[in-house]
Amino acid sequence: MISVYHYMSVAAILFAMGTYGVLTRRNAIVIFMCIELMLNSVNLTFIALSRHLQSMDGQIFVFFVMTVAAAEAAVGLALMITFYRNRESIDVDDMNLLKL
Amino acid sequence: MYDKLWLIPFFPLLGCIINGLLGKRFIKNEKVIGAIGTGAVFLSFLVSCKYFIQLLGDTVKSHENIVASWISVGNLQVDWGFLLDPLSALMLMVVCGVGSLIHLYSIGYMHGEEGFYRYFSYLNLFVFSMLMLVLGNNALVMFVGWEGVGLCSYLLIGYYIEKQSAGDAAKKAFVMNRVGDFGFLLGLFIIFWTLGSKHGVWTINFVEISENAHLMSGDMMLGAGVTTVATLCFFLGATGKSAQLPLYTWLPDAMEGPTPVSALIHAATMVTAGVYMIGRMNVLFAMSPTTMFVVAMVGALTAIFAATIGFAQNDIKRVLAYSTVSQLGFMFIAMGVGAFTAGIFHLMTHAFFKACLFLGSGSVIHAMHHALHHAHLDDDAQDMRNMGGLRKKMPVTWATFGISCLAISGLPFFSGFFSKDEILWWAFASTRGSMLVWGIAVIAAFMTAFYMFRCLYMTFYGEQRTNPKAKDHIHESPWLITLPLVVLAFLATVGGLIGIPHVLGNLLGHIPNKLEHFLAPVFEHSQNLHQIEAHGSAATEFGLMGFSVVVALAGIALATIMYIRNPELPGRFTAKFSQLHRAVFNKWYVDEAYDALFVNSTKNLGIFCWKGFDVKVVDGIVNGVAKLVGALAATLRHTQTGLFQNYALTMVLGTVVMVAIFILN
Repeated sequence: MISVYHYMSVAAILFAMGTYGVLTRRNAIVIFMCIELMLNSVNLTFIALSRHLQSMDGQIFVFFVMTVAAAEAAVGLALMITFYRNRESIDVDDMNLLKL
Repeated sequence: MYDKLWLIPFFPLLGCIINGLLGKRFIKNEKVIGAIGTGAVFLSFLVSCKYFIQLLGDTVKSHENIVASWISVGNLQVDWGFLLDPLSALMLMVVCGVGSLIHLYSIGYMHGEEGFYRYFSYLNLFVFSMLMLVLGNNALVMFVGWEGVGLCSYLLIGYYIEKQSAGDAAKKAFVMNRVGDFGFLLGLFIIFWTLGSKHGVWTINFVEISENAHLMSGDMMLGAGVTTVATLCFFLGATGKSAQLPLYTWLPDAMEGPTPVSALIHAATMVTAGVYMIGRMNVLFAMSPTTMFVVAMVGALTAIFAATIGFAQNDIKRVLAYSTVSQLGFMFIAMGVGAFTAGIFHLMTHAFFKACLFLGSGSVIHAMHHALHHAHLDDDAQDMRNMGGLRKKMPVTWATFGISCLAISGLPFFSGFFSKDEILWWAFASTRGSMLVWGIAVIAAFMTAFYMFRCLYMTFYGEQRTNPKAKDHIHESPWLITLPLVVLAFLATVGGLIGIPHVLGNLLGHIPNKLEHFLAPVFEHSQNLHQIEAHGSAATEFGLMGFSVVVALAGIALATIMYIRNPELPGRFTAKFSQLHRAVFNKWYVDEAYDALFVNSTKNLGIFCWKGFDVKVVDGIVNGVAKLVGALAATLRHTQTGLFQNYALTMVLGTVVMVAIFILN
């Protein structure tokens, strides 16, 4: 029997993987994908707990999260394309124009 | 009846405000500014005349006019109040009368000067302050005037703001006056506190102080009588304001100001404030024979000391300045030997002849300055060695200057004769007088006659030493300048007739000593109480009178021999006694001594506070704090890597820690 704990465990593992990716990778697109991974792990938590608690609130939240994630993807990818056009790179270490 | 006394100081204040605020931008016209300034003082003079005449016909001789309450704290009640009694009435006449004439003279003398409006504004402010000093019915209002005249003296000495020496002289005058003011305040505090705490009379009102002064006769302080200590403090104030030893050195330097200022402030009025103050507090001074003796001795020493310096000065105004210091010494001799009337009398006659002398010298300087300027020469317009033989060129100035010289030397029937003779008689015969004081005063009188005629001869007689190019451009001054001269010379001639001594009056047919009678309500009480009187036979008095005339004539004769008959004599004399001459010429090195003793040590203290304390300690702390913050920031900025993943890591770690705390609790 797959219980809510299993869903939660998968979500935690996904979140940890995403966090690790954000902290270690240099490629902006990979970082971006890792953030998506973290968002989706949160979505999974919402869905699982929604079912477990017999409440629709969590599922409605997920819709919002997906909407925001879609908007973020559009803006984020646009930024990255612009950055790539200027610097011929999407390495985050190169995004240091504001540094002293 | 006497409720409009406040009008007297009000007019000059109004004139000062109008000229000061509107003079530069709106009025501009010299004639209008001059008319406002002179008119304001003249109006005060008219009001003073009205009250003077009213007071003459009144049986009550002391009137107060309270305008408003000023300070009211606990036991201390101070009003803006004015006091009219014979003493202040006489001073009013002198201040406003001589003041009006000098304002009139200034219109001519200051013509074309930059800051003409500023000059008249300051001069009116001075007259206002002087009238507050004279009229104040309590010591604090007097102190307002006392400080005010000091301020105006500072402003007017430093009138030529582009001259370094003028600025320095102004500062010197101000600082030395402050030293004296400190004494004035201490004296005031002592009197207020003693009368209040020991006798329950909390007052600084002059009339009340005088009425209650006898209560303090037994009080002691610092091993001496309270009145002795307090009056010595007051006298310190007087030495500062009236340029007596040891605080006289500012007055000769004050000649940096325009000449009419020297005449009004540094000869006729402000410098006599110390004498007036002693007259106002004569009841307190009379209670302390010690103070009286100190006053007389300081006066006598100043009189002779300043006279010696006057011998060797070549600047015409400097000679007059030292002469003023010397004559003020005579007034203090009078106050010190209890001849209050004679002191005030000499104050008045001195105001006439010394103002006339100063204005006369101003007329000469004015003419010299224009002539030298016309000829494009840089010679000193005030140096008597550049003058000589001006008698024909400037007859009116010569005549008035000569009359004043006769008056100051004390030739019979000129005003100075009566007042100076009265002082000498009291110094000789008064119960508070002594042969020592009299002897010094007689020598000083001889010296006065000598150096005044030296000044007269060097300026107006002998050959013309002016540069030939400028010679023909010297002309008599315009009427605005000569009119005050003539009026003052007239007063210097006849002004003494109001105080003819009894012996002479009796001889000439019962002419009363009007001044003594007039001032009696102010001075009689303390003189009677402490048995201060001059006693001696009429023969003695005549003898002394004759002797002082002989002394004056001897001084004049010596000057005539040295500067008219044998003009090469002074040169031979200075060559023979060159060291003595150099010491006198350099004013006995008093300025240098003061520099070494006080000025430099104060300066060094200031430099220590600046370089030692301010730069090192204060600035050190401020800069140290800034450096500490900088160093801290330089270390901490390494945490700001600019790599966003470092920030993200910190954020994650922070979240983990917070969640851990949340769970574990």
